[in-house]
Amino acid sequence: MLGEGILKGLTETAKNFFGSYFSAERLTTVEYPEQRIAPFEATRVFPFLVYDAENRDGGGPEWEAGLRCVACQICEKECPPKCIYIEKSKDKKLDYLGKAQYYPARFDIDISVCMSCQICVEVCPFEAIKMDTKFELSTTDRFGGLLLDREQLAKSNEYYHQIHSAEATAVDAKLAIEKTKFDAKAKVAAATAIAKAAAVAGEGA
Amino acid sequence: MSFVFYMLAALSVTGALAAVLLKNTVHCALALTVAFAGLALLFLDLDAQFAGFAQILVYIGAVAILVVFAILLTKGSETPKDGVFSRTWLVGLVIAAGVFAVLGWAVIGSIRVLPQEKAVPTVTVLQIGNALVGRYVLPLEIVAVLLTAAMVGAVIVAMHEKEGEK
Amino acid sequence: MTIENPIFVTSDQIFVLLRHWALSFLPAAWQTIAGVLLSVAAIVCIFPALFALTTVFERKGLGRIQNRLGPNRVGPFGLLQPIADGIKSLTKEDIVPLSADAAVHFLAPVVLVVAVFMGFAVLPMGRNMALVDMDAGLLFYFAMGTSTELAVFMAGWSSRNKYSLLGAMRAVAQMISYEVVLLLSSVTVVMMAGSLSLTKIVEAQNHYSFGFPHWYIFTPWGCAGFVMYAIAATAETNRSPFDLPEGESELVAGYHTEYSGFKFALFFLGEYLAMFSISGLGTTLFLGGWSAPFLFLTWVPSWFWFFSKLMLSIFVFIWLRGTLPRLRQDQLMNFAWKFVLPMCLLNLFVAGIWRFLGDGWLRWMVCSAILIVAYAGMGWGEMRRGKIGPRSYRYAE
Repeated sequence: MLGEGILKGLTETAKNFFGSYFSAERLTTVEYPEQRIAPFEATRVFPFLVYDAENRDGGGPEWEAGLRCVACQICEKECPPKCIYIEKSKDKKLDYLGKAQYYPARFDIDISVCMSCQICVEVCPFEAIKMDTKFELSTTDRFGGLLLDREQLAKSNEYYHQIHSAEATAVDAKLAIEKTKFDAKAKVAAATAIAKAAAVAGEGA
Repeated sequence: MSFVFYMLAALSVTGALAAVLLKNTVHCALALTVAFAGLALLFLDLDAQFAGFAQILVYIGAVAILVVFAILLTKGSETPKDGVFSRTWLVGLVIAAGVFAVLGWAVIGSIRVLPQEKAVPTVTVLQIGNALVGRYVLPLEIVAVLLTAAMVGAVIVAMHEKEGEK
Repeated sequence: MTIENPIFVTSDQIFVLLRHWALSFLPAAWQTIAGVLLSVAAIVCIFPALFALTTVFERKGLGRIQNRLGPNRVGPFGLLQPIADGIKSLTKEDIVPLSADAAVHFLAPVVLVVAVFMGFAVLPMGRNMALVDMDAGLLFYFAMGTSTELAVFMAGWSSRNKYSLLGAMRAVAQMISYEVVLLLSSVTVVMMAGSLSLTKIVEAQNHYSFGFPHWYIFTPWGCAGFVMYAIAATAETNRSPFDLPEGESELVAGYHTEYSGFKFALFFLGEYLAMFSISGLGTTLFLGGWSAPFLFLTWVPSWFWFFSKLMLSIFVFIWLRGTLPRLRQDQLMNFAWKFVLPMCLLNLFVAGIWRFLGDGWLRWMVCSAILIVAYAGMGWGEMRRGKIGPRSYRYAE
C-alpha cells in the first residue's frame, strides 16, 4: 500500500535514534582526540628505521650502532615519489651477523612527499625499514619539519614489536634462522680452516 | 481623511508611479506589488478585513508572482533600448486626464446622492459567505466555470505544445 | 483542580497578567500601543530563541538518527552551539555579487522575515494569548504565507545566478501548488468550527467526552486533513523531503546561494520561523491548540500544551528529514496535483457528510470507509501505473 515504505523507514530511524542512547552499534562515533581507535596490525603511515638495541659495535649512541640499514639504496631507487635520500658512509661496521657492512651517513625521508605505498618495506632485503603508525605529525615548519632525518627515523625493535607484534615476531624469527645458518656455516668454515691449517702445518713439519 | 489614509494613499500612488516609471521590468512588477499592498492596507483601514486579506492573498501571493513569471519567461526582463517614455505621450496624458475626470465626476456626484452614514457596519466573513451562497450564487458559479475553463485551456495549450514538438 | 482555582488561573494566565502589570505603569493613552509593542517584543524574543534551540536539537537529532553524535563541544551537550553559529553569521563578510540587483538582493531576506513574523500574530498560544483576535485570522495567516513566496522569488532573481533562479522558480512552483493543498485542508476545519477566527477554532475543540478531547485530528476527516496539512506544511517550508529548491547536493544552495553572513542567517531564521508558525497553525487547527489532551490534565497551563505540541511537530519534521530521500521536482508536483489535491477535495466532501449524518457511529463508519477506500484505490492506481517510478524523457528519446 502507498505509504508503507515511509512508515517502515520512520520506524527504522526511530529505532536508530533511541538505540543510539543504549547500544554501541547504533552510535559508532569515536570522539577523537579523547578516544582513539587502537591501530590494527596492518596499519601504516610513514616509514621508520629499525635498530637492534643489543647490537652494539663501537661507540656512538645506541640507535646509530644498532641500525639494521646497510645503505644498499634499493629503497631509494624503488621509491615512486623519490622521497628517500641516502648517503653511504665511507667506513664499515659489523652488523648482527658479524659481517662488516656500510651504514647510512644520511637517511632522509620527506614525509610531505611519501605516499605510504610500503614499497620500500617490501624491497628491503635487510628488514631495516618498516612502517610506523604515528600520524599526528603536524608541524608549523612546512619544509624542514617534514623532512625526517636518520635520528628521527630510528626506532628500536621493541617499539616495532609494540606496533606490529605479529610482523615483528616473524621478522625476528627469520633473522634468528639466518643467524643460526650463518653461525653454522661459520663453524664449518672455521673447522675446515683449522683442519687445513693443521694439514699445512703437518706437511710443513 | 486621517493621517493614516494619507500615508497609505501616498504608498499606493508611489508604488503605481514607480511601476510605470522604472526601467527594469522586474522592478516595475515589484513596485506594483507595493501598490497592491497599499490597496490592501486601505481596505483594512476601512475595516473590510476579508477584502484586505483576500487582496494580499490573491494579488500579492498569486497575481504578482504570475506577472513576474510572465516577465521572466518572455524577453521582458531586458531593459528597453528606447527608454520608458513613448513618443505619443501627450495623447496618452490627455486620455488619462479625461478618464480621471470622468471617474472623479462620478465619485463626487455619488457622494451627493448617497446618504452619509455615521457608523459603517462591519461586514463579517459570515455575512460575505452567506451572501455568496445565497444571493450571489449564480455569479459565483459562473466565475467558477470561467476559472475551470481557463485552467482546462491552459492545460490543453501546454499539452498541445508537447505533442507539437513530438 | 477546577478551572476557577486561583493558582491554576494565575499559572495559566501568567503572561497576560504580567503584561497587564507592566502596562499599568503607563498612562492610559499609551496603553494599547505599548501593549501591542510588548507582545510583539515577546514574540520577537521567544521564537528566535526557540529557533536557536531547534537548530541544536535538529543537528543532534539528525546525528543520532544517523548513528553519530551531533555537536557536543560548545557548552554542555553542545547546547551553546547556536551562540557560536550566531557569532559566525554576524561576523562573516557580506558578499553581494557585482552584477546582482543590490536593492532587491537586500530586501529579499527582510521581506521574508517580516512576512513570517506577521504570521505569529494570530496564533493563540494559550488561553487569551493570541496577539490579535481577528475575525478572519486564518485568512490573515495565509495572506502572510503567500508573501513569503514573493521574497523567495526576489532572492533568486536578484542574485543573477542560474542556480539561484532555478531554485527560486522551483521553490515558488512548489509553494504555490502546496498552498492550495494547505488551504483546502484548513477549509474543512473552518467548515466544522464555523469560524475563521483561530481562537474560536481552538475553543470549538476544547471539549471532552469520556476524558478524550474533541480535537479534530481524532475524526476521520480531521486525521486525513492533518496528514495532508502536514505534507503541505513540509513542502511550504521547503523541508525534506521537499527541499529540492535548496538541495545542497543539487543546486549549491538554491535561491540563497549568493547570500552570506547575516542575510543567510536571516533566510535560515525565516525558514525555521515559518516551520514554527505553520506547526503552530497545524496544532491550532487539528491538535486542539492550547487544550490539554486529557480531562485530568487541564490544570497544566495552556501555553505549556501549545508549545509542547509545537515542539512535537518540530521533532516530527526533524524525524522526516532524517528518514526520507528528497523528491524530484516532477515527482513532487505530480504528487501534489494528482494525488493530494483530489484527496483534499474528497476530504471536503467527507467533512460535509460528517456534518449531515448527525451524531453516532454511522458517520464514523461511512467517513472512514470513504477515505480509506479512496486512499487505497488511488495509491494502488499510482503504484500500478508506475507513476512513482523511473522518469520518461521528453527530448532525450
